[in-house]
Amino acid sequence: MASGTVRTPNPNSRPAVLVQVANALYALGNFTVFCFKSISSLTTKGVQRGTLLPAAYQIGVQSIPVVALTGLFIGMVLAVQSYFQFHQLGMENRMGAMINITLVRELGPVLAATMLAGRVGSAIAAELGTMRVSEQIDAIDSMGISPIRYLVVPRVTACLLLVPALTIVADLVGVAGGFLYSSLALNIDAAQYFYNSKEYVTGFDLATGIIKSVFFGISIGLISCYHGFLCRVGARGVGRAATGAFVSAFVIILFLDLLLGIALDTIYFQFNPGGNSLL
Amino acid sequence: MSKSKETIDVTRLDEPLVQVDNLVVSFGTHEVLNGVSFSIARGQTLAVIGESGCGKTVLLKSLIGLIQPAAGSVKLSGADIATISSATLAELRTRTGFVFQQAALFDSLTVRENIAFPLSFNEPSDQSIEERCDQLLIELGLDPSISDCYPGELSGGMRKRVGMARALMMRPELLLYDEPTTGLDPIVSDVINELILRTRINHFVTSIIVTHDMKTVRKTADRVLMLLPASQLNKGENQIIFDGPPSELDRTSDMRVQQFVRGDAGDRIAALVSDNSFTDGEWK
Ligand SMILES: Nc1ncnc2c1ncn2[C@@H]1O[C@H](COP(=O)(O)OP(=O)(O)OP(=O)(O)O)[C@@H](O)[C@H]1O
Ligand SMILES: [Mg+2]
Repeated sequence: MASGTVRTPNPNSRPAVLVQVANALYALGNFTVFCFKSISSLTTKGVQRGTLLPAAYQIGVQSIPVVALTGLFIGMVLAVQSYFQFHQLGMENRMGAMINITLVRELGPVLAATMLAGRVGSAIAAELGTMRVSEQIDAIDSMGISPIRYLVVPRVTACLLLVPALTIVADLVGVAGGFLYSSLALNIDAAQYFYNSKEYVTGFDLATGIIKSVFFGISIGLISCYHGFLCRVGARGVGRAATGAFVSAFVIILFLDLLLGIALDTIYFQFNPGGNSLL
Repeated sequence: MSKSKETIDVTRLDEPLVQVDNLVVSFGTHEVLNGVSFSIARGQTLAVIGESGCGKTVLLKSLIGLIQPAAGSVKLSGADIATISSATLAELRTRTGFVFQQAALFDSLTVRENIAFPLSFNEPSDQSIEERCDQLLIELGLDPSISDCYPGELSGGMRKRVGMARALMMRPELLLYDEPTTGLDPIVSDVINELILRTRINHFVTSIIVTHDMKTVRKTADRVLMLLPASQLNKGENQIIFDGPPSELDRTSDMRVQQFVRGDAGDRIAALVSDNSFTDGEWK
């Protein structure tokens, strides 16, 4: 190839593993720098006028139907699943508490974010990837305009604001779905259902869900913009950016869900040593 | 970001506008530029030629910092772009126009919004911007009525000219053209050549034109650099194998330059056959 010696790694030798590790660390470092640049641009310069609204429309408004549908099914599935167990214990009147806690703390935020990673994240990655491949991002840069500020900041901000908002939509529809299925199909007493929900679902449960969704939103925004910016030439490159964005965002959402679940519960039990048991 | 207030002295006309020293660019283990050095005086039009994949686009992008070199330096108006603040670099870039190989117009914006993009970002839109867009379109031989079209509705030649208009919007002092005539018919190519010449006179710009098109070279350039792919270099050889006025191209004794100028495959086919990737008229 080039003048001088070029070492091609042998895939069967141990150094090849090291090369892989080195590449992974390099990518992680790259992503960290990207996040740092984006967040510092957001905090020091704010959002460029006229860029937030189109991003918010694309990310938020157009996602309402799918997110609401997701919420509806989660609520109903939870009702179906918990009924059998609660019925055997003769506690079906307390199902509302269980359904709604699971919904607002866990499944609402996680599944809404997963849905949005698929719908919004891959669309952002494909759009920015196409712009990278057709040199539009270079063109922005060549005019002395920061592509991070013009393209990334509005999208990350929109995700940051709208993923929690859409999570609330999913929660609301889910609560309604769980209630309707329980009272209409399973003949649970409506008053009991709501009384128990009110007793056991705390503000902390709601806050846990919303705090999680804020982190999910930032992750979806940053990960999908990063995949778009790194896109390789060709239609296959754009496709890979889109699926790559979804897969990484999904893994990170689950990882953050675990981490935040542990962290927030630890904080909670510092202040409420007894907790709040269903039994 | 910009703690130190650097000032770039634009009045020093004796300083070369662009100075490249020992530029090395590689992607992984693939070395594309291998110690390239040259400088351009103000007002000069430099053509960069060389076969596909030799690193012409990479060189052009490195000049304004779109690609980070592994070693070496680029100075614009005497300022080393690797050491100045990002704000100063942005300021230098606003004085540079880049015409991209595929025009790189923004698909979601109309022609007028594309051309006004570099300005509309900094200043509120006003009447004079719109007038200037129309004026540039006319200057480049386009009908101002296309300004409400989207780039997808234009032909390749029109898109290239809109890309030129966008590059001229900021009244640059340096224009970088990446293959301005590739993929266009001979007549439109010649129109573009004329426009490059006219732009040079009307706007007094310094230009670097990356091209394969020998007609463009002869018509527009006063100096030519020819790059060889780093992989084809002999040991210790400079990657720029030709540097001189276009008229010298025919007189040089270097066979590789002559082959390129004449567009002659030479022993390439023979080389392919001997390395067994092309036998009996079929690729393996
Ligand atoms: N972002 C990149 N990542 C990896 N390799 C790259 C990248 N950009 C360019 N290259 C490699 O650098 C080499 C030079 O590319 P470049 O685009 O500069 O060629 P060129 O001389 O402009 O060719 P053409 O005339 O076909 O446009 C090619 O081998 C290409 O594969
Ligand atoms: Mg090129």
